[in-house]
Amino acid sequence: MSWWRPSDVGFATRVKLADIGRAARLFTRLCALFLAALRRARLLVDQVHFLGNHSLAIITVSGLFVGFVLGLQGYYTLQRYGSAEALGLLVALSLVRELGPVVTALLFAGRAGTSLTAEIGLMKAGEQLAAMEMMAVDPVQRVLAPRFWGGVVAMPLLAAVFSAVGILGGWLVGVVLIGVDSGSFWSQMQNGVDVFKDVGNGVVKSLVFGFTVTFVALLQGYECQPTPEGVSRATTRTVVIASLAVLGLDFVLTAMMFSV
Amino acid sequence: MRPASPSGGIAPVVELRDVTCGYGERVVLRDVNLQVNRGEVLGLMGTSGGGKTTVLRLIGRQIEAMSGQVFFEGVDVTTLGREALFEARRRMGMLFQFGALFTDLSVFDNVAFPLREHTDLGEELIRDLVLMKLNAVGLRGARDLMPSEVSGGMARRVALARAIALDPELMLYDEPFAGLDPISMGVAARLIRELNDALGITSIVVSHDVEETFAISDRIAFIANGSVVAQGTPQQMRESTNPLVRQFVDAQPDGPVRFHYPAASAAADFKVDA
Repeated sequence: MSWWRPSDVGFATRVKLADIGRAARLFTRLCALFLAALRRARLLVDQVHFLGNHSLAIITVSGLFVGFVLGLQGYYTLQRYGSAEALGLLVALSLVRELGPVVTALLFAGRAGTSLTAEIGLMKAGEQLAAMEMMAVDPVQRVLAPRFWGGVVAMPLLAAVFSAVGILGGWLVGVVLIGVDSGSFWSQMQNGVDVFKDVGNGVVKSLVFGFTVTFVALLQGYECQPTPEGVSRATTRTVVIASLAVLGLDFVLTAMMFSV
Repeated sequence: MRPASPSGGIAPVVELRDVTCGYGERVVLRDVNLQVNRGEVLGLMGTSGGGKTTVLRLIGRQIEAMSGQVFFEGVDVTTLGREALFEARRRMGMLFQFGALFTDLSVFDNVAFPLREHTDLGEELIRDLVLMKLNAVGLRGARDLMPSEVSGGMARRVALARAIALDPELMLYDEPFAGLDPISMGVAARLIRELNDALGITSIVVSHDVEETFAISDRIAFIANGSVVAQGTPQQMRESTNPLVRQFVDAQPDGPVRFHYPAASAAADFKVDA
């Protein structure tokens, strides 16, 4: 191995900057195409259905089990301090503030993000995107924008389903199985969870994650090498980058939202 | 507002003037000049990777020229803004090497795609138009199949029907014969010629298949080493003395186009004394 020459460093930096620039341009274009996506409602609805409905199974099952575990762990910890009746509050806050948006985003990256990347990548490999351009149809508007906004719409809805099912799971374990008082389980939750501070911030989080995961998936597909190994690498990158971005952003958002 | 053509007759449909083009650092075409006349089928031939397809990409401006001008109907496409470029592309049809059908749409919806995107026609009318286009390529009966259910030759015919859906003035064919059986190849060749004459359009066929391309082209242009080395009627090409054209037409393994990829001398590589 030889040492890097300054020109190599400069070249690598330039390539990286160009990548960032292209990504930023694509992101602003997709955001600007919001109204255009609304006008082609049919395409948007198809994508919400494809990305949302088809992810429902994995989201509900995961939500249920996360709720079970929260119920168990929460009970063990709370009963040490004799406050097991606060279990409802603990389960609800954990889910609505954190686990709902974050775990949903991670699952969404694996379930829907990968399929987006692979789909766009294969369309590129099969010259379908080039063919579209030659038909004077803009692939960013026709193919990417509906998927982008479909993902942004689907994500908060999936996170809401996840949290709701998770709370149900916590109730099943905590109240039905262990025998925590049902009345205090629900009333503590009702008193302690704020619509705007907790639920609202959770929704904002899942919206941000929706933008992030869907955009990463589309960008990886759109920029991938149009070959079999290029598509497979892009799909892997989607999961890695989207997951890390979600976890990193979650910390930043939490710090901003719930600081006293 | 068309610039007068050098020949003084009707302006050519497509004209490349001193075009240099490449990918990254690698220059594929160097100072290429080429004219395509109205109503003709031009066969664009040359070795694989020699820049034939690049010419097609330049005309639709899927890649940018490094220098030079590319005229389509008298307008330099290299200077067009986005809207004007899309306007120009609507008047071109392109057949991609493997058809590039939208795999999530049926044969019918593939052909209907450009109509639905660019016109406000009702579904009734779109149906009639699509069936007419499919009929022209002999696949009216295949309308409900998905792209995964049709053969390679059929896929290309569907793509052809899609490419002519908006009645283009110029058709670009990228390797229309590659990987087809002899029957499909003959069908494709006849279709290209018939569509050109019946619709009164101009066609550019990029191919390295000598027999089929010579049979349907009015004129042939050979591209090698980044420039047009010979052009003329198929008959003139057959009689050409240009060594490269000869090697190509006679399918000789070695000639101006080397059989061996550039390498160190065999003696050095195999470690034997010369």
